[in-house]
Amino acid sequence: MDYVKSIYYDSLKYFSLFRIKFIAGLQYRAAAVAGIATQFVWGIMGLLLYKAFYEADASSFPMTFQALSSYLWLQQAFLALFMGWFFENDIFQSITEGGIAYELCRPMDLYTMWLFRSMASRVSKAVLRCMPILLFAAFLPEPYGIRLPAGVIAGVCFLITTILGFLVVITYGMLVYISTFFTYSPAGVRMVSVSLVEFFGGAVLPLPFLPTGIRQVVELLPFASMQNVPLRIYTGDIAGMQIVKSMGLQLFWIVVLIWTGKKLIAVALKRVVVQGG
Amino acid sequence: MRLYMKFFGIHLKGAMQYKLSFLLTTIGQFLVSFNVFLGILFMFERFNKVKGYNLSEVLLCYSIVLISYSLAEMFMRGFDLFAATISNGEFDRILLRPRSIILLVVSGKIEFTRFGRMLQAILMLIYGIAKSKVDWDATRMITVTLMIIGGTIVFGCLFVIYASICFFTLEGLEFMNILTDGAREYGKYPINIYGKGVLRFCTFLIPYTLFQYYPFLYLIGRTEAWQSMFLPVVGCLFVIPCFLFWRYGVRHYKSTGS
Repeated sequence: MDYVKSIYYDSLKYFSLFRIKFIAGLQYRAAAVAGIATQFVWGIMGLLLYKAFYEADASSFPMTFQALSSYLWLQQAFLALFMGWFFENDIFQSITEGGIAYELCRPMDLYTMWLFRSMASRVSKAVLRCMPILLFAAFLPEPYGIRLPAGVIAGVCFLITTILGFLVVITYGMLVYISTFFTYSPAGVRMVSVSLVEFFGGAVLPLPFLPTGIRQVVELLPFASMQNVPLRIYTGDIAGMQIVKSMGLQLFWIVVLIWTGKKLIAVALKRVVVQGG
Repeated sequence: MRLYMKFFGIHLKGAMQYKLSFLLTTIGQFLVSFNVFLGILFMFERFNKVKGYNLSEVLLCYSIVLISYSLAEMFMRGFDLFAATISNGEFDRILLRPRSIILLVVSGKIEFTRFGRMLQAILMLIYGIAKSKVDWDATRMITVTLMIIGGTIVFGCLFVIYASICFFTLEGLEFMNILTDGAREYGKYPINIYGKGVLRFCTFLIPYTLFQYYPFLYLIGRTEAWQSMFLPVVGCLFVIPCFLFWRYGVRHYKSTGS
């Protein structure tokens, strides 16, 4: 709680940091266009793939095909928010090359600074890319396009859990950055982390496709609280009391991840200072 | 050729210096493809068959594509990273040297860490071979070999195209990933499951089907047309337009007086 209060008091600083990084991010138009094109293809190919499986055995499909289409398109539209493989290389470099010394001189808490930087760059990417994809998907014929959420409550909860899921992604990412203090080369941790996030977050396969038994366990992990929760709330797969439970789990993970991150970074920074950097 | 082998040795020694990093990256690569493998596994656990293909057949298909891609990536990484080579001026140095440009670009970077993916692919290939009901005679073994060679060449050519585009613009190159990463990801299933449109694109525009689909039909016994096993060789004709484009790109680069 104290941590949240401290962010609030310094909120002006952090907000302006966010704004600078966000506006800078909006400049990358060409990259966004290429990215959008890529995502169109990913979405269409994904749909064709699941269609083939649906035709093989519709009864084994754990959701309606329309729900799956909405899931896939939302996943593509908000990829920037939830992608597990995107990291700020600047941050890694500042740790491995020593530029961190300058960062520590700033009048801002390092952890929070990184938090807001990561958030800004992802949000700017998402803002650039989501509309064209959503528009395209909206005009696709049933059941290949995206449709309205399964109810007003679902829609509202979708927005809330998207924000929460995004925070889980960000705070989890912080752990990967912090691990670099201990392992020097971020490559290994990064790759393992990407695999975990992608699979258990529902990017390789929407979690409802996992066999029962395995799925129940996976849903408790922090990864399932990332994109899995909001996307399934939107399609109505998670409804009623389950929504409240999922949100609670998301909040739980955010708190745990922040707490762990702050503890680890404190340990790491103590070592850095002692080395006389 | 001897020069290339020397470069190869240098890169290998260099990679071995950073043993821990090498090991971690290889494991990481393995995990990434393992993810995809798990995805396929779980889908088949639920659905049993898709468009008539069963798990071992799909694994055969995926492993062949993955091996081809990994081989192409390992050896043609110099083209894959070409955007950096141009923007930091390294290509100018390459132009000044009295050796084949292509040899130098290829020798610039040989990426051994891709071996993690290859390992995963080889394991899947073995599993696929063991479990599937393929009648393994000499022709079928040649088919697999040709499929892999053909695939490696097609992916390699795509990397060359990517590098050639770098001569004209460095913006928005991400879309080429659709053809390389996309082909690897969606090529894990035989291409016909995506429908006629995709099948046609992948035959006439970029010859994916010539090494992934048609020979595969012969492999798993869906067709008796043994001529299919030579289709990857036809697919190698793709090299011609690619290298013409590369030459055009190099000429253009030289003429803009950089």
